Amino acid sequence: MATLNSKIPEGPLAEKWKNFNAHQNLVNPANKRKLDIIVVGTGLAGAAAAASLGELGFIVKNFCIQDSPRRAHSIAAQGGINAAKNYPNDGDSVYRLFYDTVKGGDYRAREANVYRLAEVSNSIIDQCVAQGVPFAREYGGLLDNRSFGGALVSRTFYARGQTGQQLLLGAYGALSKEVHKGSVKMYTRREMLDLVIVDGRARGIITRNTVTGEIERHSAHTVVIATGGYGNVFFLSTNAMNSNGSSAWQCYKKGAAFANPCFVQIHPTCIPVHGDFQSKLTLMSESLRNDGRIWVPKNKEDARKIQKGELKPTEIAEENRDYYLERRYPAFGNLVPRDVASRAAKERCDAGHGVGNTGLAVYLDFKDAINRLGRDVIEARYGNLFQMYEKIVDDNPYETPMMIYPAIHYTMGGIWVDYELETTIPGLFAGGEANFSDHGANRLGASALMQGLADGYFVLPYTVQNYLADQINVPRFSTDLPEFEEAEKAVKDKLDKLINNKGSKSVDSFHKRLGHIMWDNVGMARNKEGLEKAIKEIKALREEYWKDVDVPGSLEGVNVELEKAVRVADFLELGELMARDALHRKESSGGHFREEYQTPEGEALRNDKDFMYVAAWEYNGDGEPILNKEPLNYEDIEVKTRNYKEAKS
Amino acid sequence: MDLTLKIWRQAGPTVKGKFEQYSISGISTDSSFLEMMDVLNEELIGKGEEPVAFDHDCREGICGMCSLYINGRPHGPDGGITTCQLHMRKFKDGETITIEPWRAKPFPVIKDLIIDRSALDAIIQSGGYISVNTGGVPDANAIPIAREDAELAMDAAACIGCGACVAACKNASAMLFVSAKVSQFALLPQGKTEAKDRVRTMVAKMDELGFGNCTNTYACEVECPKEIKVTNIARMNRHFLGAKVSG
Repeated sequence: MATLNSKIPEGPLAEKWKNFNAHQNLVNPANKRKLDIIVVGTGLAGAAAAASLGELGFIVKNFCIQDSPRRAHSIAAQGGINAAKNYPNDGDSVYRLFYDTVKGGDYRAREANVYRLAEVSNSIIDQCVAQGVPFAREYGGLLDNRSFGGALVSRTFYARGQTGQQLLLGAYGALSKEVHKGSVKMYTRREMLDLVIVDGRARGIITRNTVTGEIERHSAHTVVIATGGYGNVFFLSTNAMNSNGSSAWQCYKKGAAFANPCFVQIHPTCIPVHGDFQSKLTLMSESLRNDGRIWVPKNKEDARKIQKGELKPTEIAEENRDYYLERRYPAFGNLVPRDVASRAAKERCDAGHGVGNTGLAVYLDFKDAINRLGRDVIEARYGNLFQMYEKIVDDNPYETPMMIYPAIHYTMGGIWVDYELETTIPGLFAGGEANFSDHGANRLGASALMQGLADGYFVLPYTVQNYLADQINVPRFSTDLPEFEEAEKAVKDKLDKLINNKGSKSVDSFHKRLGHIMWDNVGMARNKEGLEKAIKEIKALREEYWKDVDVPGSLEGVNVELEKAVRVADFLELGELMARDALHRKESSGGHFREEYQTPEGEALRNDKDFMYVAAWEYNGDGEPILNKEPLNYEDIEVKTRNYKEAKS
Repeated sequence: MDLTLKIWRQAGPTVKGKFEQYSISGISTDSSFLEMMDVLNEELIGKGEEPVAFDHDCREGICGMCSLYINGRPHGPDGGITTCQLHMRKFKDGETITIEPWRAKPFPVIKDLIIDRSALDAIIQSGGYISVNTGGVPDANAIPIAREDAELAMDAAACIGCGACVAACKNASAMLFVSAKVSQFALLPQGKTEAKDRVRTMVAKMDELGFGNCTNTYACEVECPKEIKVTNIARMNRHFLGAKVSG
C-alpha cells in the first residue's frame, strides 16, 4: 500500500504556508543552472510554473500537444477568477474565501491546501495586472468585481467573457519572455506517452512528436504534470477536443495514486445536446446566472407543446412559469453552486417539465433583466456570449429565453498530491486541474483559474525548489539509461499494436459508446446497480476495443487517429476507475450524487462518519486497484450540511 | 443536406498537394462545419481511406487552433467567428465547398489542412510581453487605468492568434496580429516602459520571418474572427515611427 503523507506544515492554519516558506530548502543561483525541470502542459498551471521556474534560473523543458502554448484549454474559461481582495468592501476576507471553497466542495478538500489557495489569491491578481491583463475596470479606473455562483460577496475579477484567455495570454507572455531568455525550451505538438522512473524518482518522459511521429526521450531532475482534467472520458463535454487524461493516467500506472476520480463537475449552463453527430458541448458562462432567471413551464402540458414546437416560451404567462431555483433555494436563488443547479435542472426535466425538442433543456431568461437594466447593459455584460449562442442555436436570446442543460465540465479528482503538490512518486509533481487537491467534491465558479495560477506562480516554484535542494550533486541524466529504453519500447509496442490491429470500427465510435455508458451511469445521478453495470460494460468495451479498433495510416508523420486511439485506450481504463470510486463512496457529496443517499427533499446526503476521506487509488496491474484513504481533519472550520435555502453560512 | 467537397490533400511538407473531390450527404443544418468534417472522416475511415487532417481544439472559437480557407475566405463565409463556430445552415443544399489550408510563406503546410504557425509564437517571443517576473509587483489597484483605455486594450487583447489576418492578406502581412499585441501594451501604463523596444523588435522579427507589408486593403479586419480593428495598425505605425525617431 502507498503511504499518503500529506506533509501539512506545523502551526495554526494561517501560519502553515509562512512556516513552510520560512523553513524550505533553497538552491543557490549557480546550482539552479545545473538542474532540469520538465513541465508537461502549458495551461495556467503549466505555463505559470514553467515561466516562474525559468525566472528562478532552472532549466525548463515545457511540452504541449497544440501548435502553440497559447492554445491550452485554460483559454476557454469565460467567467472570471476569484480573489479575497475585498475591494468592494462587502465583507470578504482570506478566511471567507477559504470557508466558501471548503463548504462549496462539500467538506471533501484538504483544509490546509485550500487556505493557502485563498491566501495567495490576492497575489495572483497583482501579478496578472502587472503583466498587462486587461481586467474590467470601473469609471474611476479601479478594478471591477462581480459575484459568481455560490458566493455572497463580489470577489470575481473578469475580462469580459474571456477571462481565461486573458490570464492564459498573461502566462504565455511570461513564458515567451523566458523562451527568449533561453531558460525555457518549448516542445510543441508533443504528446507525453509515458513517465520514466529511475531509482524510484521521476526522471523523464517519453513523447511522440505528432508532426514527425518520432518517439522521443526527455530527461530531467524532476517532472511537473499540468495536463488538465479527464472530462472527455464522457466524449461529450465542454473540454477541448484534444484534452485528455493520458499523461495523468500514465503516472497512475507508474505508481502515482489517483484521488477521488468520481468527483466530476457538471456545469448547469451549457447549450443542450442537439444530435448524434455532435462533437462537443458549449458552455455559456455561469455569470449569466447573475442576471438570467431559470425556469420551466409549471404545467407538463405546456412543456409537451413546447417540445413539439406548438408553443413558444414567450407565450407562457408569468404565473405558469416555475422559477424552481428561486422557489427551492430562496437565499441563493439562481446563484446556487453548480452541482445543486445541475441536479435541479435534471430533476425538473425527468419530471416532464423540460423544454426544447428533446425535453432535456430549461430556460435561462433575460426578459426581466432587460426590462430593469436596458438591453445596452445586458449587451455590454454578455454580448459575446449572446452572439455565440445565436451562432450555434440560431435563436436570439434578447428576444426569446436561452435554453440550457448541464454538461460535463471539470474534474475535481486527479493525481493525489501532498501539501507540496508532490505525488506518491518522489520528484513527480502535479498542478492545476490535473491534481485533486483544492476543490473537494465540487468546485465553485471562478476558482479553477485561481487554482491553476496559484499552483503555477506561487506554490510549485517554492515546493519544486525545496525538492531539488538535495539534488544539486546529481548530474544530468542520460536518456540512454535502460529505464528510458524500456519505457520507449513499451510505448512503441502499444502504438504498433494499435496501428496493426486493422479492426472494423473507428476510434470515435468506441469513444461515443464509452461516453454513453459514463453519462447514463456515472453522470449526474448514480446508483449501485448502474455503477456495477457500467464497470461490466466498460470492461467488455475495452476488450472489444483492443480486438476491433481500426487505426488507419502509419506510425510516421501526422496521424490524428493514432493520437486519439491512445487517449481512448486510456479513457477505457480511467472510466472504470471512476465507476469503482463512485460505487465505493456510499454517500452523496458535491458532484457525486448517489440516488440511495438523499434527504426526503431530494438534497445530497453526506456521510461524514464513514467517508470524510480522500480516496486515493493505487494501480495494481491486472488486479483490482487498491484503495488508500487520507482522512480529512477540519480544525478551523465547523463541518455542516450545505444549506443554500437561508443566508446564514 | 448533400454537399460536394473539394479538399486540399497533401501528404507532407515536401510533397506536392492537390484537390480531391468528395460527396457527402445527410448533413444536418444544425451541425458545425467541423462536425461535417468529422462525418466525412468517419466515412473515409469506414472505406479504408485516410481521413483529412485538420487542426482544431476548443470548438468554442477561442483557442485559435482551427483554420481552413473555405470558399476563398479564412474561417468561411460567416463574419466574426472561427471555423469551429461556422454552422452548416450558412451553406445551401447541393453546394460545392472548396476547403484549403491557409496559404502564406511563413505558414508551411504540415499535412492536408494543417499548417505550421510557429512564426506567430516567434514574434511574441521576440518581445510581445511585459518583462515582469513572478512576485514583487505592486497592488493591482495601485495604478488606476481609465476605463476607456482598459476597454481599448481589451479590444486588442481579444486576438486569438489564429493567423486569419495573414491568410486574408494578399501580402501575407502579420500587421494586424503584431499591432494588436503592441496596442494592448502601449495603451496600458504597465506596458509603456518597454513600448519602444517592443515595437522595434516585434516588427523586425515579423520582417525577418518573411511576412509581407501592409498595403491598407483592410482584408485582415474583415476576416478577423475577433473583429480586431485596423486602427491598431495605425497605432503601431505611430509608435514604430516614434521609436525610430527618438531612437
